[in-house]
Amino acid sequence: MRHLYLTLTVIIFISGCSSSLSPVDDGLDKQIFHFGNGSEPQGIDPHIVTGVPEHHLLISLCEGLTSSNPNGGANLPGAAESWDISEDGTSYTFYLQKNGKWSNGEPLTAQDFAWSWKRLLTPSLGSQYPDMLYYVKGASDYHNGITDNFDDVGVEVIDDYTFRVHLNNPTPFFLGLLSHYSTWPVHKDTVLKHGTIDDRNGQWTRPGNFVCNGPFNLKSWELNSRIVVEKNPLYWDSNIVKLNEIHYYPVQNVMTEDRMFRAGQLHVTSTLPSQKCPVYIEEKNPDLRVDPYMGTYFYRLNTKNPVLTDVRVRKALAYSIDRKKLVEKVTKCGQIPAYSFTPPGSAGYQPDTEIPFDPELAKQLLVEAGYGPENEFPKLEILFNTNEDHRKLALAIQQMWQQNLGVDIVLVNQDWKVYLAREMIGDFQVSRAGWIGDYEDPNTFLDTLRPNRGNNKTGWENEEYDRLIEQANSENSQEVRYALLGKAEKILIDEMPIIPLYTYVRSYQLSSDVKGYYPNYLDHHHPKYIYLERD
Amino acid sequence: MAIPVLLAVATMTFFLVKLAPGGPFDAEKAVSPQVLKNLNEAYNLNASQWEQYTDYMSGIVRGDFGPSFKYPGRSVTEMIGIGLPITFELAIYAILIALVIGVFSGVLAALKRNTLLDFIPMAIAMIGICVPTFLMGPLLVLIFGINLEWLPVAGWGQLAGDKILPSVTLGFAYAAYIARLSRGGMLEVLNQDFIRTARAKGLTETMVVIKHAMQGGLIPVVSFLGPAIAGLLAGSFVVETIFQIPGLGRFYVEAALNRDYTMILGTTIFFSAMIVFFNLLSDLAALWLNPRSRDIS
Repeated sequence: MRHLYLTLTVIIFISGCSSSLSPVDDGLDKQIFHFGNGSEPQGIDPHIVTGVPEHHLLISLCEGLTSSNPNGGANLPGAAESWDISEDGTSYTFYLQKNGKWSNGEPLTAQDFAWSWKRLLTPSLGSQYPDMLYYVKGASDYHNGITDNFDDVGVEVIDDYTFRVHLNNPTPFFLGLLSHYSTWPVHKDTVLKHGTIDDRNGQWTRPGNFVCNGPFNLKSWELNSRIVVEKNPLYWDSNIVKLNEIHYYPVQNVMTEDRMFRAGQLHVTSTLPSQKCPVYIEEKNPDLRVDPYMGTYFYRLNTKNPVLTDVRVRKALAYSIDRKKLVEKVTKCGQIPAYSFTPPGSAGYQPDTEIPFDPELAKQLLVEAGYGPENEFPKLEILFNTNEDHRKLALAIQQMWQQNLGVDIVLVNQDWKVYLAREMIGDFQVSRAGWIGDYEDPNTFLDTLRPNRGNNKTGWENEEYDRLIEQANSENSQEVRYALLGKAEKILIDEMPIIPLYTYVRSYQLSSDVKGYYPNYLDHHHPKYIYLERD
Repeated sequence: MAIPVLLAVATMTFFLVKLAPGGPFDAEKAVSPQVLKNLNEAYNLNASQWEQYTDYMSGIVRGDFGPSFKYPGRSVTEMIGIGLPITFELAIYAILIALVIGVFSGVLAALKRNTLLDFIPMAIAMIGICVPTFLMGPLLVLIFGINLEWLPVAGWGQLAGDKILPSVTLGFAYAAYIARLSRGGMLEVLNQDFIRTARAKGLTETMVVIKHAMQGGLIPVVSFLGPAIAGLLAGSFVVETIFQIPGLGRFYVEAALNRDYTMILGTTIFFSAMIVFFNLLSDLAALWLNPRSRDIS
């Protein structure tokens, strides 16, 4: 009899659990958005953190002069209601929202922006994104300690609500840069109350202390578990904000995230287990989203390595890869074969480059480079960080190079940090890489391969390429700029220090109840436009 | 003995993590040399190794494990303080489940030796030992979370019943070990003279088992519990990851992957202290349970 009672209790308890509403259904009634955020954000100090989960959180908490367009494309007004650009394109005057407020009720002023940019450029803060402002006159000098007078930096407070910025060159993508969180304001008094201007570990970002100017306020932060933000009634555009709360879950394990979505614990996932993508495509899963994304997956070639100094060898390697096969048989999630470094279509830029799949030509190039039966091509190493998807792709390329060129390939996988360290010191021959645009302009890609850029890592230097990009960046006309950048891109693909493989897509799951969440190239989804409604 | 052990662990870990290639600030988007210099200055990483070591050790003496590199604004002590109670709670539930299932089936198997009541629980125990948690966890989630929709599939303390599946997953693996150990221990004790005497005195079989046999028969289980609890604390990473639990295990592994030097050191020293402490505790408990060693002492 006692056993029966026990069994009944357990059954009642368990069925009690199942009868409660799932978070997703409950959220629909209360306008609470459950968001899979990938991993635990490092923090919410916009001048210190780096990364995508941090961006998702900060876009709800703070706002820059401009804000991301939910449909992608040109930025919309943010903390600034409008702006003027001087005729030569080097001076921007921003007119701040008159009813712009910090979450503590204080007015948001031009002085706040000036102080915040000073903080970002303070060398001892150790910010990792100061280069976002290097386009501003004197900013680089101030950050590199050449001057310690911030008056030399081209920011000007005209009055409380007018903020002027002087640039080195006309920079047509400058407004786009302003949607990056590193350029967003921080509340001076709050930062200084809990530390100094260059304190990386100040407690001002804690719930209860944190003050910012976005559509949501920080409510609670359970480390590695959940971050809750709630609607900010003081936000200048709070009338259009429909969500009451957003719950961010740092779910690092993609399988767990997938299960959470299927069990109704999440409205949106940060990504998708790669092996599930083709299955969901075949099943026509209505929650699957495969959106275009401004990112390129490519292989870096170490041009300082004796085997790879010859451009003919680099071209032979590039021409013997069947990119269509890679995306159809290996990645299988709608990725697009890449024939340029910059993803086509970014802000209207169409690179005019080609990388043929021509094994015969590739073989011929290898012969021309002096390799043949007498002088066999040495073993080549592909370095990648430990990850099943990178391994699969490397295996496919290994097979293509072996079949098409007869080259022996060794795959070397390393822990993430070891891989990065080896890339940085040039201890590799071929290494896998990916680049995601920070703003919607080809410059975010092409700039990385200029000489002395930390992210070049290939050892490749080309004066003409550098000159073309420099010239493009001093042009005011977008048409002329794109023509110059197009020329630079042709040089890049002709010299082949990198082998573009495919253009990324953003694959994830989204509940059909989520509205106002539109695909866009930078994957910026401003939460002020998102709401929940039964489909 | 404990202090030299911990000192050695701290020293070795300090120098070993510095030897590992890559640093805390390496990222796909490489930082400029100027930024890297600023960051190294901010965290005193440009000082000599010896200076960094003495700084760190003097910090530990004051109970300060330093700031986390990965999470600016958070100290290692704070993060251990947040993760530990959660991991500890999970470990307690798991060990309770393990003990209830393990001891019950182990004792039953010993009493009904070579019958179905012996073979079935022991076969299940063997499966429990062989099936890793990373398989057991998702399997339970698929059945009870997704198909039957009885329990949440992830989280800790956010939804009703979300602690059940992770505790069972982790407990099941240890239940299997405990079942084998209790069966072995009980079999050894049940053949001894004092059990025969107890039965001869006319005690009921239940009394013989509970009062006399289990006390001696479970000594191997008690000895196993110390390292098991320490192992549960340090090794719950897989279950914490599968079930999205904000415990210490995740911090530990992620710290190593991120080269979060202070966090690696803090968690390593902390787990070492736990292992030393629980081993000591289980030695003392085993000593107390065993009349022979009690007499010697």
